[in-house]
Order: sequence, then C-alpha cells, then structure tokens
Amino acid sequence: MEQKIATRDAYGEALVEVGKKYPQVVVLDADLSCSTKTINFAKAFPERFFNMGVAEQDLMGTAAGLALTGKIPFASTFAMFATGRAFEIVRNSIVYPHLPVKICATHAGLTVGEDGASHQTIADIAIMRVLPGMTVIVPADARETKQVIHQVVSHDGPVYVRLSRAAFPVFLPEDYQFEIGKGKVLREGKEIALVACGLMVYHAVKAAEILEKQGVSATVVNMSTVKPLDGDLLDKLAAKSKCIMTIEEHSVLGGLGSAVAEYISERHPTRVHRYGVMDEFGQSGPAMELLKHYRLMPEDIAAEAVKFLQAK
Amino acid sequence: MKQKPTVAELQEIARQLRIDCLKMLHKAKSGHTGGPLGIMDIITVLYFHEMNHDPKNPTWEDRDRFILANGHCCPAIYVALSKAGYFPKEELDHLRQIGSPLQGHPKKKVEWGIEMSTGSLGQGMSIGNGIALAARLDKKDYNIYSMHSDGEAQEGMLWEGTMSAGFHKLGHRICFLDYNGIQIDGFNKDIKDVAPLDEKFKAFHWAVKTIDGNNIPEILDSLQWAKSIPDQPKMIIAKTILGKGVSIFENIPKYHGVTPSDEELKIALKELGE
Repeated sequence: MEQKIATRDAYGEALVEVGKKYPQVVVLDADLSCSTKTINFAKAFPERFFNMGVAEQDLMGTAAGLALTGKIPFASTFAMFATGRAFEIVRNSIVYPHLPVKICATHAGLTVGEDGASHQTIADIAIMRVLPGMTVIVPADARETKQVIHQVVSHDGPVYVRLSRAAFPVFLPEDYQFEIGKGKVLREGKEIALVACGLMVYHAVKAAEILEKQGVSATVVNMSTVKPLDGDLLDKLAAKSKCIMTIEEHSVLGGLGSAVAEYISERHPTRVHRYGVMDEFGQSGPAMELLKHYRLMPEDIAAEAVKFLQAK
Repeated sequence: MKQKPTVAELQEIARQLRIDCLKMLHKAKSGHTGGPLGIMDIITVLYFHEMNHDPKNPTWEDRDRFILANGHCCPAIYVALSKAGYFPKEELDHLRQIGSPLQGHPKKKVEWGIEMSTGSLGQGMSIGNGIALAARLDKKDYNIYSMHSDGEAQEGMLWEGTMSAGFHKLGHRICFLDYNGIQIDGFNKDIKDVAPLDEKFKAFHWAVKTIDGNNIPEILDSLQWAKSIPDQPKMIIAKTILGKGVSIFENIPKYHGVTPSDEELKIALKELGE
C-alpha cells in the first residue's frame, strides 16, 4: 500500500527547500496559507512571505511587481480564485509581460470535497493554457510535485501548477524524473493509450491493471505538463495505439483532453476520447465519494475504455 | 550632477511634449488625446526633474520607477521617454502600428523606459507595491511613482492595492491620481461619483494632498512634501483639465478617446505656439 500525501503538502515542503536554495524566492498568499501550505515557508522565511489578505487580484498584481525586480514569486491560493477571480490580472500583468511568477494553486478539481462547487474549479487548465507563453503543470503525486517546484524556480516565464487538497497515493517510482514539457510512459501497452494528468494518473494506472485482467493491453502516460504539450510522445502513441483516451479531474471542455484532441486530430487518424467531468458543476461530498459519483474511479475508467475500444 | 531645470524650462518642455503628443496622435489617427494633455505637466516634472533615471542605462537597478496605471494615457510617456533619450523620436511615427513597441497601451520594454505592461485599470497600484516590497527586502532607497485616474477609482482592485500599501507603510510609494472628473462615457459625477477621494485614501492610512495638477510649482512642492513623509504611501490628488493646453479640447468628454482632425491639429498647434 502506497503512502498517501496531498500534492499541496509536498508543495509546502518543497517551498521551504527552494527558499533555502534561492534567496530571490518570495511567497505570497491570500489568507489561505494553512490550506495551501505556504505557512511552512512563512514560518521559515517570514520576511520573504507576504499575506495579501482576501484579495486575489492584489495577490497577483503584487507578485508581478516583485517579479519586475528579479524576485521569483510563488503566488498561492485556491485554484478557483487564482485562475477565476484573478484571471485578468494573471493574463495582463503576469503572462503578457512574461514575468516569472509561479502560480501554485491548490484545491483544484472536485476533490476539494465538502466545500462544494463554488470552490471546485474544473476549468482552470482550460483558462490557463490559452495564455500565450504560459506553462501548465499538473503533478500526479507528491513525489512529482517536489520535482516540479524545484524545476519551475529557474524556468523562464510564468507557470501554473495545479495542486490538490486530497491525500492521494505516492505511486510514481523513486527514480521518476519529471521534465517540463515531457510526458512519461508509466506502462507500455498495445491497444489503448490512457493519457492522464494529476490525481487521475494513479486511477489510470489502476484502470490499466483492471483492463489487463480483461485481456486489454493499455499504455499509461503521465502527461503532467499540459502546456507545452509533448507532441513527440503523442505521435508515438498515435502510431502504436488503436485509440487514445484522456483522463482528468477537470471538465472535458478545454483541458488535457482538448489539448490532446487538438494535437492528434490535425496529424493522425487515431480516435481520441476525452474522459473527465462532463459539462456540469461539482457539489459537496467527501473527495472519494465525489470521484465515484462523477465516475472517475479506476473501474469507471476501465469500463469506459472498453466501451470506447468497442465503438466504431 | 546635471543642473535641474527651472520652472520656466519645465513649462517649455511640457509645451514641446504637448506638441509632439498631438502630432503623434494625429498621425496615428487612433488613441487618447485628453488624458495625456491633462497629465503632461506631471509627466514632465517626473521625467525631467524628479526621478533618478538614466536613459543610457535603463535597467540600472537603483533607478526610480514609474508605473502608468491609467495606461491609455501612454502617449504622454512615449513623448517624454523619447525626449529623454530612451528611443529615437521617429519611433513616435509608429504609434499603434503593427510591430511597433509603442502599443496602444503600454507593453513592458524596460530598454525604452516602459517599466510595465499596463492599461487594464486597477492593476498598477499592486504592481507598484510589489516593486516597493522588493525594494524594502533589498534595502534599496528608490521611489516607485505611479499615475492613477479617477475612472480607475471605480475599479475594486485599486482599493485592494491601496489597502496593502497603507498596511505595509510603503513610504517609497508616491502616487498621483489624475482627477479631471471625466471618463469615457461622460462625467464621474453622473456615472458613478468617486468623491471624496482624499478621505478614502486617508482612511486607508495614506498621506494625501490635493493640488492643481497643471501647475508645475505646485507639482514640485507636492513631491517635496511626499518625500518628507517616510513611513506612509503618498497620494497626490491632481486636479487636472482634460485636454489641457488646447482650448477646443479642454474639459470636453469626447476628447478622452479621439485624436485631433487636420483642422483641430492646426488650431491646437497654433495655440501651443508651434
């Protein structure tokens, strides 16, 4: 049984590590530091931590100003507010001038849980990836999250990192190596390629095990960088698979599935099936119960994959 | 150290900048006329008297910064930056053209003195504060100036940033608010009145002074006042006249967002002594 750690917890730990290594790292939060785990950095480096209060627009604008002087700001709040409330500030004051602000947003997707739909963004990947020059990363587990945070520090330009509230298995191998812009094949298969990001990568791995028992051979890819998308890897998957199925804890509109479908449809005849949250809002409930309700469990993914493989 | 220009010299620079600005806008046939003319006296004082900056070393890390939060008034800074020597005057001919760094609203290009992309109202306050927080961390002594507008005071984000600057006692923040009473759709008082602005900023722990923003001695005095208060952000509410310097544009809301016609340019240049 794997250890369960939320990616937000790994983020909180990684922030302190990069804070020690890079004096130019500063961290900003909007009154959610205990939830986003930036509190760890705040305790370690109080003079480099800025709590902007409940003001996400000010959070992003201030981060932009800090970046103008050579600081490397990490700006955190819930994904709903980072990408929704503050969207236009992110767009005009961070991404347009290509400033190295790292927007590390927690509580993304349905697994926010009991807080309900007002706090469950399932559109953040969509609205961040349409910004020119933005990098969008959705780590699959705590191990990958730490590597992501260490790598984005020195990455030129703005980055959006999508993190989760729920404790989830740490399942990627110890020698796993995250690279910005590269998908990683976790399991080689023949018939269908399951391309997932975030918490759904673990469920895709489990779904592939179910499929194997049913005699279906599935490739599993952790596409943790949604932008820039790893086109070379998708070319290979398209060439060797009957079809590609994307899985994400996000709307099927505009997220990883859309990015993959856009890429494949212009280059390959391979069919793409987007699986995730259908065009609907979430609701209150325990995180795992919600994933069951919205049919995002391994068995749901496996059943959908079989259905898709059989469809003409 | 170069001698600072006198009041009369600053008035002459402002006159020349108004002429450059109108010619540029007339050629571009697109852009905002009234606001830039209204703030030209303040812009002149900032770039030619007040700020420590060096067009030959635009990325000098100890330079004073200026953020134009009301980015639509960028024609004013474009002519000032060109005159100061950041880029050749001929570039003004390409305002709002494809490929020109002189975009319709400022696009960051520090080499040309354009410190930050702005134009969507309300964002410049927080940006300036971020620079000030970084300067404090780095124990730097430069000032961060910014220009805001009365219409911008209707944006919620302006007040988020105003609260932050007051709370953090950002003494190196020296801001102007261009208060000409006019926004695109008409007069503030008819659309959504922003008054009383002085009391609002005072309530957010700012030091506030109201001046005639078209009076160069008053602008100079207000900056001396601002620098005498170390531990509070400063808001200089500058009562200005939209379209200042050209009688046919002054205080007429229409000239917020249109450029001069051939005939209007002729009249304007004559009034400005060109």
